[in-house]
Amino acid sequence: MIARPKRRLNPKKKHDYMWGYLMILPTMVGTIIFNFWPLVQSLYLSFTKWGAFGSYSWGGLVNYRRLFSDPNLAMALRNTIVYALMVVPASLALSILVAVLLNQDIRGVGVYRTLYFLPVVTMTVAVGMVWRWLYNADFGLINHVLKLVSIEGPRWLTDPSWSLSSIAVVAIWGGIGHNMVILLSGLQSIPSTYYEAAEIDGANAFIKFFRITLPLLTPTIFFLAVTGLIGALQVFELIFMMIGPESPVIRQTQTLVFMFYREAFIFMDKGYAAAIIFILFLLVLVVTIMQFAAQKKWVHYE
Amino acid sequence: MLSRDSIRKILLTAAVLVMCVGIAQAQAKNVTLTYRIWDVNQAPAMREIAERFHEANPNITVNVEVTPWSQYWTSLEAAATGRNLPDLFWLNAWFVLYAENDQLMPLDNYIERDNVDLGNFPEKLVNNFVFNGTVYGLPKDFDTVGLWYNKEIFDEAGIAYPDESWDWDTLVEIAKKLTNEEKQVWGFNASPNQQSGYGSFVYQNGGYMISEDLTQAGWTDKNTMGALEFWRDLLFVHKVSPTVAQQTDTPGEALFEAGRLAMHINGSWNSIRFRDNEYTRDRVDVAVLPKGKQRAVIFNGLGNVIAANTKYPEEAWQFLKFLSSEEAHLIQGRTGTVIPAFNGTQQPWVESVPAFNLQAFVDMVEYGAAAPWHRESGKMGQIQTDWLNRVWSGELTVEQACEQLQAEYEALLSR
Repeated sequence: MIARPKRRLNPKKKHDYMWGYLMILPTMVGTIIFNFWPLVQSLYLSFTKWGAFGSYSWGGLVNYRRLFSDPNLAMALRNTIVYALMVVPASLALSILVAVLLNQDIRGVGVYRTLYFLPVVTMTVAVGMVWRWLYNADFGLINHVLKLVSIEGPRWLTDPSWSLSSIAVVAIWGGIGHNMVILLSGLQSIPSTYYEAAEIDGANAFIKFFRITLPLLTPTIFFLAVTGLIGALQVFELIFMMIGPESPVIRQTQTLVFMFYREAFIFMDKGYAAAIIFILFLLVLVVTIMQFAAQKKWVHYE
Repeated sequence: MLSRDSIRKILLTAAVLVMCVGIAQAQAKNVTLTYRIWDVNQAPAMREIAERFHEANPNITVNVEVTPWSQYWTSLEAAATGRNLPDLFWLNAWFVLYAENDQLMPLDNYIERDNVDLGNFPEKLVNNFVFNGTVYGLPKDFDTVGLWYNKEIFDEAGIAYPDESWDWDTLVEIAKKLTNEEKQVWGFNASPNQQSGYGSFVYQNGGYMISEDLTQAGWTDKNTMGALEFWRDLLFVHKVSPTVAQQTDTPGEALFEAGRLAMHINGSWNSIRFRDNEYTRDRVDVAVLPKGKQRAVIFNGLGNVIAANTKYPEEAWQFLKFLSSEEAHLIQGRTGTVIPAFNGTQQPWVESVPAFNLQAFVDMVEYGAAAPWHRESGKMGQIQTDWLNRVWSGELTVEQACEQLQAEYEALLSR
């Protein structure tokens, strides 16, 4: 064994460290109390059997055994993954398009940016309610407009073959604003010298976009892909607001978090619900690790 | 930077505030109670009752809190788990769960001490709130469902309004006549909701969901399944009803208010809704339900209860006593809010909306029926919705769904 030389910090350094830790203390305390501790508790609760009003006892693997024979799990897992695959790529592609368009010198750019950003500052619950009216198959605006051009619109929210996609459309629309703002900051940090050099070489707009803009935007896109996927896997409010537990299509539309809600807050079985949420936790973990592994292939850091 | 002067001012203010708190505590008996309800339509009447009570007891203030039905049970359960229940609240079929787990304050001693006469209320309603021989709640109101109809649609077709001579066949026959696909008008809506839907028809056919002694589930009973078949046929054979998908997009009440439904089953509690709606106000009326093998109607009642761990048991009891008085029940009736439970106070409710034949709801009480309450009633409700929705959407037969329901109910009943 080689004895490691003891690192001695000079008083100035020590002082800096202390301040550094002090600065992150509020966040760390918050993270530990509101994220880490509940995680540990949820894991523990997933091994318990629940009675009424918060009474519980150790149940071993009983929840997990029940979960793997629950036909709803496969359906919810499938819905969650399909939903995420519908939302994240489409949302990113549209956001990049919008961000690039709104990065030009056009009149009223502020107005357009505000319009795209509005859904972000609107409560999801309100968004869900308004879209629910728009989607109403008999009296909604969407089907009314379709009828004007002689198209019989589907039952967007009550036909099981449409319901999940209808929700995804709202999520894509609602996510553009947030992505756009972050992409805009990414776009504006690309040095203009690259474009000037490309222009001298006679590159057109498409070549500039695919050879300069897109590669240099990949770190931002990667960040949005990771956070967007995590968010999509946890979708709940839109499904709760637009479909709801009483709907005949909820079985074919429910995701893991909705299934968790049903067990925890309708059937009041927090132990079983904790087991469901742990499956989701593992899913998010695996998907995120995969994304980080794959980034070497496509993310270019300057 | 704060000047010395402003610091002095702040300290002075703080001192005054501390003194105020001290004075408030010295008076001690200024109490604020929370009373949680789920129906926003009833809030005005409940607030009026709370104000009357406050006038007579100036030291007690009651805050009426409305939590909508869809979140009521979730938030109540969370409050009970966190030992933070409102002082008083409404309960129905979930009563057993709360009583059994010592969440409610026993009332026997207070009732005896203050000579409250339980004979003022129908016996069945009183018994709903008795658990293991102890009274935990007092009846607030009761409700039945009736056959609401759109007079305009009947008049245009030249058909006589529904009356007590109707049976299931009449319902189907007239509903067929009034259904007009082109105009998007339906004769009737076969609702996926038990209470404003198939529930009464199960009892009319001699079926049941849970036996009176709470030991048997009745889903695979021939009569239960027969009633559900009838309901399913309204959707798929007679085609007199909007589909369940349509009714999920736009609930029956809304279709009725839009003039798209000739007939619609709904409860006595919605009479204020139809009274206040401009379209339905003078176009609709209500009749007793059509009869099957026998007459029957879903009959329900709410009760007021006190949380076991309330900080102010005496004050809460005083308010509960007032809620259960003739005066409070007359307020509920006069305002047209609900059918009051206090014997002899129903007439003002019947007269509250002269345009509607509200007497029909009271007449039906004599053959009222309901599933007995069980500690798992809440779960049973959701399971029932889950399986029967698959029948109403055409995915399963009545028999397939009933077999599943029977098994799941039996498991819950034996817990």
